[in-house]
Amino acid sequence: MTAPPPASAEARWTFAAFRHGAIDVLPFVPGLAGFAMAYGTLAARKGMTLFETLLMSASIFAGVVQMVVLDSWPQTLTAGAIAGIVALTALVNARYLMIGATLRPLLGGQPPRKVYPTLFFLVEPPWLMSLRYYSNGGRDPAYLLGGGVAMYVVWVTTAIPGYLAGAAVGNPKQFGIDLLVPAFFVAMMVSLWRGPRRSWGLIVGALAAALTEFMFGGFWYLIVGAVAGCVAGVLNDD
Amino acid sequence: MIERDAFGFFVTLGLMVIVVYVTRIAGYWLIGRLVIGRRLRRMLDALPGAIIAATVAPALVQGGTRAVLALAATAGVMIVVRKDFFAVVAGVAVAAAAFAYGL
Repeated sequence: MTAPPPASAEARWTFAAFRHGAIDVLPFVPGLAGFAMAYGTLAARKGMTLFETLLMSASIFAGVVQMVVLDSWPQTLTAGAIAGIVALTALVNARYLMIGATLRPLLGGQPPRKVYPTLFFLVEPPWLMSLRYYSNGGRDPAYLLGGGVAMYVVWVTTAIPGYLAGAAVGNPKQFGIDLLVPAFFVAMMVSLWRGPRRSWGLIVGALAAALTEFMFGGFWYLIVGAVAGCVAGVLNDD
Repeated sequence: MIERDAFGFFVTLGLMVIVVYVTRIAGYWLIGRLVIGRRLRRMLDALPGAIIAATVAPALVQGGTRAVLALAATAGVMIVVRKDFFAVVAGVAVAAAAFAYGL
């Protein structure tokens, strides 16, 4: 080797780190696959083609966004409805502003042509694993990419059986499939619950959404609930 | 529903893809240029829970006894077992059973 070794913070982007990252997210795969199947089932019930269902997963790759938006997809796509969907998407994914900010130590100083494609695959499990990896002294950003790509492959492919099941079932209520998405969200809420004093956001969001739904219908309940819950969260003392 | 307006679907999807990608890169890009203060941090912390709660609440209001039973089963199993897969299976099973009983 004639070239000097790269500086300590320099990128290696090795395949070993990529594989390491992919292996470390394996415990998240069953939950992710179940969530993807629920998404596929919902997409089939909403009348989407298999192509559209997979295209959405492959291009967006954000489970909660896909579920929430599809669940509230309007009957007709007016300009206002599209604006509502876009606002909802931004609200649901706003948490990534914080997530992305915490990746500065691992990705800072890397070439943008590598960083920005890697961030396309950013989701929570590999992010959590990467924080741990970094605090244990890991410095190879391919670790984050490996975890993200592994999650991506699972997310896109496991939507297929869900879609086929959703398309085959005649009356979704008979098998409880109509409550699949709410059930997933209830399970997530249990994980997010921090006791009544620290969960104003959850409580206020739910009440505001229920009230808006009761009075106006449509999908505005989501935006009203999210904003109300968010404001309540700001006022909530730690 | 979506079939009738394939063009609208692709326009909406394209906009969503852009917004989602921007949220993924903006935090990384902004840091150093903007400080995330306590209030903004709390707001961003509260968001996922508020949205998820807002999604579920109308299903409970509209779904009646069957939805309440099914989602209570999900919450119960989740609190005890802490595995979302089993919690969801339990909820869906209760919903199917409630349907069989005519609820």
